[in-house]
Amino acid sequence: MLGFKAKRAIFSMIAILVAAIWAFPVYWMINSSLLPNVKLESRIPTFWPDGGNLNNYQNVLQKGDFFQALGISAAVTLLAVAGCLIIAFMAALAISRFRFKGRTSFVLTVLIVQMLPAEGMFIAQSQMMSNLGLKNNILGLSLLYMAAVVPFTVWMLRGFVAGVPIELEEAAMVDGLSRAQAFFRITFPLLAPGLVASGVFAFLQCWNEFTVGLVMMTDNANHTLPLWLRAFVQSSATRAIDWGQVMAASTLVAIPVVIFFIIVQGRMTSGLVSGAVKG
Amino acid sequence: MTSLDARAGTVSPSNAPTKRRRKFSARTLLIPAIAILLFGLGYPVIWQFFISFQEWGRPQLFGQPAEWIWLDNYIKIVTDPTIWGIVVRSIVFCAVTSAITVGIGGLLALLMKAAGRTARFILQLSLLLAWAMPVVAAMTVWIWLFDRRSGVVNYLLVNMGFDQFYLFSWLESPTTFFGLAAVIVVWMSVPFVALAIYAGLTQVPDEVLEAAQIDGASGFKRTRYIIFPMIRPVLNIVILLQLIWNLRVFTQIKMLQDRGSGTSDYDLLGTFIYKTGVQSFGLTAALSIFVLGLTIVLTFFYVRSMLKDEAI
Repeated sequence: MLGFKAKRAIFSMIAILVAAIWAFPVYWMINSSLLPNVKLESRIPTFWPDGGNLNNYQNVLQKGDFFQALGISAAVTLLAVAGCLIIAFMAALAISRFRFKGRTSFVLTVLIVQMLPAEGMFIAQSQMMSNLGLKNNILGLSLLYMAAVVPFTVWMLRGFVAGVPIELEEAAMVDGLSRAQAFFRITFPLLAPGLVASGVFAFLQCWNEFTVGLVMMTDNANHTLPLWLRAFVQSSATRAIDWGQVMAASTLVAIPVVIFFIIVQGRMTSGLVSGAVKG
Repeated sequence: MTSLDARAGTVSPSNAPTKRRRKFSARTLLIPAIAILLFGLGYPVIWQFFISFQEWGRPQLFGQPAEWIWLDNYIKIVTDPTIWGIVVRSIVFCAVTSAITVGIGGLLALLMKAAGRTARFILQLSLLLAWAMPVVAAMTVWIWLFDRRSGVVNYLLVNMGFDQFYLFSWLESPTTFFGLAAVIVVWMSVPFVALAIYAGLTQVPDEVLEAAQIDGASGFKRTRYIIFPMIRPVLNIVILLQLIWNLRVFTQIKMLQDRGSGTSDYDLLGTFIYKTGVQSFGLTAALSIFVLGLTIVLTFFYVRSMLKDEAI
């Protein structure tokens, strides 16, 4: 029988091994992005970017269409997130501060709608947008993104609003503030962290979205970053792929997202299984 | 609302007139949310629903009226062996990847509990890294890892003595194509599952486990009779979310098809709907409604288990 310490050491070793396997693709992306193509195309892989350089990044950034895609992504995401936060905040306020007929059905709709897959609707959405003349249009795509992220944002913000006790507002009203004043001076500042967190989530969703973007933005000139990256791989599909550049491009797309994500992920896990772990 | 109202309300904050005005404003606050949902999701889905009962193809794109054919599109889904094959394949793919994901995720959660603090932190960080990767970026890396000529996976396999993997193309037969797709989907979804189950495990009080150990319960018995029932609510939700999410593996399949073959042998529901598109929109719409229906059935259970634990 092994001792407690020996067992723990063995499990720790397994855990580190699993960690290495799981992170390997991410490591491989960064490693390859630093290596020249001569080394990447060799039959024997280079496991360490010794003597690597940033040439691949330079080549990607010089193409110019990266910055174009970055601009489109930024515009679409910004519009969608701003709109979504305003809309979702109003709705979250309504469902967590007031009781009214139809409230429960609204909450249920929000819960169900956030699970609907884009793959079940995107052809209809694209057809509708093309009828409205909003295909290949930044506003059109951002409206669809708004609809897609509003439900989860309402669900998240609702928790934050409910977390600020109504008594604080009522106390301020006793002290002579109007209801609106009490809300904006007392409750709103307390909700700022919640708004930031929800905003980051909406941002990540829109920034990474691929499926709806693919059917909506058919012109290369309107590609968002994920579409640009896919087209980048595809355009070299007939020739030998320039893997160094593809990996540099992937790293460029991934790094800001990864940093943002790691900062806020705790709330996401708990948001999705909220209420399930009460013991 | 004027400050006069509020001051009057200090006597009794919920007197009748204020209450009525509050209710009015509460519903007004919902209008923008309902409007955007109706525009972005509601209208397309309803329109799609009606079109799924029509003969709607290329001529209708140019303005010809569509003919009502009622259930013909749905009958075609069930009777056309190609389409039916795709439906079955998608459901099998979803079930298999979900089962593997939850299995591995559960084992990793137990591993996190058993490992030392530093090792646990390293594992969590590595899982987070994989979870955070944007799908498209992750796909390019996986395609590169499994590249036929210079991919590191083939190199390692050949070096381990499996010579048949020399210049082996993973994307040229449906079996290895979907095998690879499953590996990628599992890699992407295990982090959430492992971290959620681990969060559930930390809620199991150590005292209970110690008491069981003193009473002579083995490690397996403790897992089976104490830990498992206590984390079952988390497990239920995680399994449901996996099923819902793994039905929609569009990006992964699409990008693998970009590199390999795009014939219908390599399609799942999402890519097939995309490919058929508006060319025969009636059929596409019927398939989409089928996907939505399947999702809603699964979502129903998700919502019910959320409601059980939380007042909404």
